[in-house]
Amino acid sequence: MTTTLAPAPAGGPGAGPSPARRTPVRRTAGRLVPMLPAVVLLALFMLGPVVWSFYGSFTNAALTGPNALAPEWVGLDNYVALLSDPDFPKALWLTVLFVIASAVIGQNVAGLGLAMLMRSARGPVRSVVSTLVVTAWVLPEIVAAFAAYAFFHAEGTLNSLLAGVGITGPDWLFQYPMLAVILANIWRGTAFSMMVYSAAIAEVPPEITEAATVDGANAVQRLVWVTLPTIRRSISTNLMLTTLQTLSVFTLIYVMTGGGPGTDSSTLPILAYQEAFKFAQVGYGTAIATVMLVIGAVFSVVYIRSLKPEVD
Amino acid sequence: MAQTVPAPSPVPDVAAAPPARRRPTPSVAAPGPRAARVLSNAVLVVVGVCFLLPLGWIVLASLDASATLAVRLPDEFTLANYTAVMTPEQTWVPLANSFLLSAGTGLITVVASVLAAYPLSRYRMRFNKPFLYAVLFGTCLPITAMMVPVYSLFVRLNLLDSLPGTTFFMAATSLPMAIWMTKNFMDSVPISLEEAAWTDGASAMTTLRTIVLPLMRPGIAVVFIFVFIQAWGNFFVPFVLLLTPEKQPAAVSIFAFFGQYGSVAYGQLAAYSMLYALPAVALYVLVSRLSGGSFALAGAVKG
Repeated sequence: MTTTLAPAPAGGPGAGPSPARRTPVRRTAGRLVPMLPAVVLLALFMLGPVVWSFYGSFTNAALTGPNALAPEWVGLDNYVALLSDPDFPKALWLTVLFVIASAVIGQNVAGLGLAMLMRSARGPVRSVVSTLVVTAWVLPEIVAAFAAYAFFHAEGTLNSLLAGVGITGPDWLFQYPMLAVILANIWRGTAFSMMVYSAAIAEVPPEITEAATVDGANAVQRLVWVTLPTIRRSISTNLMLTTLQTLSVFTLIYVMTGGGPGTDSSTLPILAYQEAFKFAQVGYGTAIATVMLVIGAVFSVVYIRSLKPEVD
Repeated sequence: MAQTVPAPSPVPDVAAAPPARRRPTPSVAAPGPRAARVLSNAVLVVVGVCFLLPLGWIVLASLDASATLAVRLPDEFTLANYTAVMTPEQTWVPLANSFLLSAGTGLITVVASVLAAYPLSRYRMRFNKPFLYAVLFGTCLPITAMMVPVYSLFVRLNLLDSLPGTTFFMAATSLPMAIWMTKNFMDSVPISLEEAAWTDGASAMTTLRTIVLPLMRPGIAVVFIFVFIQAWGNFFVPFVLLLTPEKQPAAVSIFAFFGQYGSVAYGQLAAYSMLYALPAVALYVLVSRLSGGSFALAGAVKG
């Protein structure tokens, strides 16, 4: 965690590789030259789409036809349509549900729980289980999505296990699509939280925990009063990162349910994709994308503020 | 339960050893450490099985001649699924595309982020702080949200269906995280060596090439592999930006395969998934070795 800026070369402004006779402005400009490739790439492909997103959401751009080449300015029409479209509030609600259930609660609690359990587990159990958990996370997105699809499919693993104990399982992907994708996302993403929390808990000074034990605190009290307050920075960092990651989950849901049945599991990324590419309403899709960008930006700013000391 | 003496002891001898080996003061409120340990092991085993089942399906189905969607031991093990999908147009061309895309993304990202990280790490400039904040902000932006505007931007720039265009875009999206990581690695290279070189008249680029880079080789490898794995596993970006099947990477072609044959040839789908996932898993193992400890990537993300 060495994030503080390195001290400037000692010896004042004269130090450094550039000759001292150049003026400070020209010297600074010269020092910035190596950053050009990165700045150009970021400006073109990161800033560009963001600006384009705001602009495009005010046009009636379409996928094909005359409106694809020469989109017209339609003002706030897309946003008005957004608010009157029943699919949008539904998608917003499903996104919130997805993020809170699978990231804020699911991955965080499961990750913290696993990190705690790992500490008191036997060596082989610990290494096998953590390998399995991490494997689900390391797999390419689409492969993980196939695995989850096969697990929750009507004829999949879950229902064949349930059949083994005499229960006829429902068609999870069709009857409970949100439950299936939420569980799948917990399965896929818990490893990250587990690793963050394992590292954080390992840094809790053992003296504090021992002192609490001597004072008669039981395991739950130690967790609530000692461990959690000590790792609170990791908790907030992890909450922000998993929220941002989960906000942009597309592949998992798209492969498992395709956003369906109907729009019953269409979160905002799925809805934006479908409006833009399936129904060819690029302008409308862009408006949804802009809303997502704004939500993501708000979370990012909160997150960065919490990291401020590390930049300064 | 753990504290009960193992059952098949022939004669219940009170004076026998077991009580002596027991913990001196079993606390009443909480389960003893041994019981807690057994309990947590048991919970972990259950969790492990839950995580194993979906993963196990891919492995077992890929070896099963008549695979279904449920995980089960194959009646007969076969490699037929692998030989069926291991054709140039089915697997090798998409995998080669994946490699080109990921290696290109990794290379561009590493070069650009090393160049950008050097001034950030070595000079104290007014420019640093806003730039680092912007970079941090960039690491957080949901890329998925950007794909619709990126598509229309690519239409305008005439970059749609272009491998180089997609590569540069993916490099740009991984740059913020890469710059952040590279700068942290570079900060840990002591500056005193460079100062000596500067005194001898070496330029910044010379010291970067001859002194800094050799010292941070493992860090650069970590950044490259990190970016490579991300690009290798990325589905949505090439799915939107690359249209011709001959140009599409494995992530997209495997999805097309799923759409066409996924409802019948589960074994082949699983075999293809294995072939495609293996490099990513292997590289992850490598990167965790490189940076010591399997929790390396999370540490890197933490900054």
